[in-house]
Amino acid sequence: MNKSMYRGRIPSPDLVAGNGLINRRALLGQGIAVAGALAAVGSKTAAAAEPLQDEAWSKAFGAVTPALQTPSPFEKAVTRTLSNPDGEFRTSHARTPHQLLGGTVTPNSLHFSINHCGIPNIDPAKHKLVIHGMVRQPLEFTLETLSRYPLVTRMHFVECAGNSAPMFSSEPVQATAQQLHGLASNAEWSGVPLSILLDEAGIDPKAKWLIAEGADAQQLDRSIPVKKAYDDAIIAIYQNGERLMPGNGYPMRLLVPGYQGNMNVKFLHRLKAVDQPAMTYFETKNYSQVLPGGKTWRFHFLMEVKSLVTFPSFGRSLDGPGYYTISGIAWSGDGRIAKVMVSADGGKSWGEAALQGPVHDKAFTRFQMPWRWDGQPAILQSRAWDEAGNVQPLRAEFVAARGQTRKPVTTPLAFPNQHYNSLTSWGIGSKGEISHVYA
Amino acid sequence: MSMHKPSMALALALSFGAGAALAQSPNLGKPISESDIKAWDIAILPDGSNLPPGSGTPADGAKIYAEKCVACHAEGGKGGGAPGAGPLVGGAPLTDGIDVLKTIANYYAYSTTVFDYIRRAMPAYAPRSLTDNEVYALTAYILALNKLVGDNDVMDAKTLPQVKMPNRDNFIIPYPDRI
Repeated sequence: MNKSMYRGRIPSPDLVAGNGLINRRALLGQGIAVAGALAAVGSKTAAAAEPLQDEAWSKAFGAVTPALQTPSPFEKAVTRTLSNPDGEFRTSHARTPHQLLGGTVTPNSLHFSINHCGIPNIDPAKHKLVIHGMVRQPLEFTLETLSRYPLVTRMHFVECAGNSAPMFSSEPVQATAQQLHGLASNAEWSGVPLSILLDEAGIDPKAKWLIAEGADAQQLDRSIPVKKAYDDAIIAIYQNGERLMPGNGYPMRLLVPGYQGNMNVKFLHRLKAVDQPAMTYFETKNYSQVLPGGKTWRFHFLMEVKSLVTFPSFGRSLDGPGYYTISGIAWSGDGRIAKVMVSADGGKSWGEAALQGPVHDKAFTRFQMPWRWDGQPAILQSRAWDEAGNVQPLRAEFVAARGQTRKPVTTPLAFPNQHYNSLTSWGIGSKGEISHVYA
Repeated sequence: MSMHKPSMALALALSFGAGAALAQSPNLGKPISESDIKAWDIAILPDGSNLPPGSGTPADGAKIYAEKCVACHAEGGKGGGAPGAGPLVGGAPLTDGIDVLKTIANYYAYSTTVFDYIRRAMPAYAPRSLTDNEVYALTAYILALNKLVGDNDVMDAKTLPQVKMPNRDNFIIPYPDRI
């Protein structure tokens, strides 16, 4: 039989896992049978088209070309969600809308931001960074002088230790990927390797820690291991090619890739080399964790391997049975993403997703998985592995180790605990409706 | 193994001998003396390093608290006077659950953290407006409310680091090789 004569007409059995997951090779255009599988299920959009005509916008001279461009007004729903819109004397959070974005780079206007005492309005001409303490010669730097150094440019995620905190709830909180996981973003950061500046100041080998402090109202400070400073820390002065956003640390921030967001101290104005950690408020209270049984974690720096499906996800519904590309993001503070597996049947069976390259170290990686939805209930999940061999724990494993709340969490703004890196599961109903479920 | 690998600049400098140290590095930092950094050098270490001169008692602190803190933190440090102003007293056992509220009495490992945070961040409407004596007094008042010091105990650079915090020995470091 000539197989090619059926191209585009019959579904192919080139499925890799239950509930309609198709081999990722389909995304690479490999295989006649796979191409057939995709075309054959696209019947809903294959209805007869209407005759084309020009729309109003193509029959008049368009708008002014602005100096600073902003998204189309049709995209006005693509914004961050705010926890403190009236600027009360408490922490403010702005969350990234993962479910409305593609690729891996978070636009600067949508990068998540947490400010414990508002955003300072810093004049870059007056801002100073001092390096002192256990050094041979204390030094003072400005944005101008740092800009004259050779810069490195790297893609890195920044993730709050409290990202995904509602996932500790004993019952699934019905909320979007943004509300659940929006305290993580990914950008191209350019800056000066901290090791160069520490060498210039002549750091004492007995100094094990740097107290990194910001110029905000409460001069937020964290203790950073010198080891990390020499590994891959940078003083970032550009974010996706432009100067840092005020809410992301303008004019300069510490970047400690893969470590708790709070350690990436914004508005950085001081690094003091010391022989012991300072045990600051933010490292011994806020960003440390209570474990089942009452023991507590301190200095849990690492943001561990994690992934989630961003499409389809809560907040939208499926437009009938047929072909969809499941898409999501994966990242790890311990290196590059090595593999992402996707399930459409709540973890009974898994297929390997296609990773969109280049896959960067300690950065968001986009994964995709072709899927033919048959209209029956399904549960979508993703599970990531990193190059160090770490794997996202299954929910049962995670809850056994880290626990969950005594009562269901009632708001996605709650922070019952931190460092959640287990799975996220989206339940698809027979009408295409999507809910957040545990599986 | 050395504590950290030297950067390329340092490695190059060493290869040319000590006299040429860091000649290849931009060296654009302006030398500054520790005395000129003093106003910024506020971080207190848990052993009491960098605590300033001065002192205060719980009774002194109660008066300052009534004037500058009570509007947000409420009578007796109960909290809830303003959004974000959590309680300064009490706290359930940490064995109650992973979502138990972390407080000074049930959680903080070092009393120096209380002093440091008040001095750098409080009051939220006027941070770093308190004198060092006022910070010692407020720290004494809050520690006394929590029965961690006596009502007549004087807090200063010598006594404060000696306050034993109940949760001090309850911490685990999950990734010790990263320090």
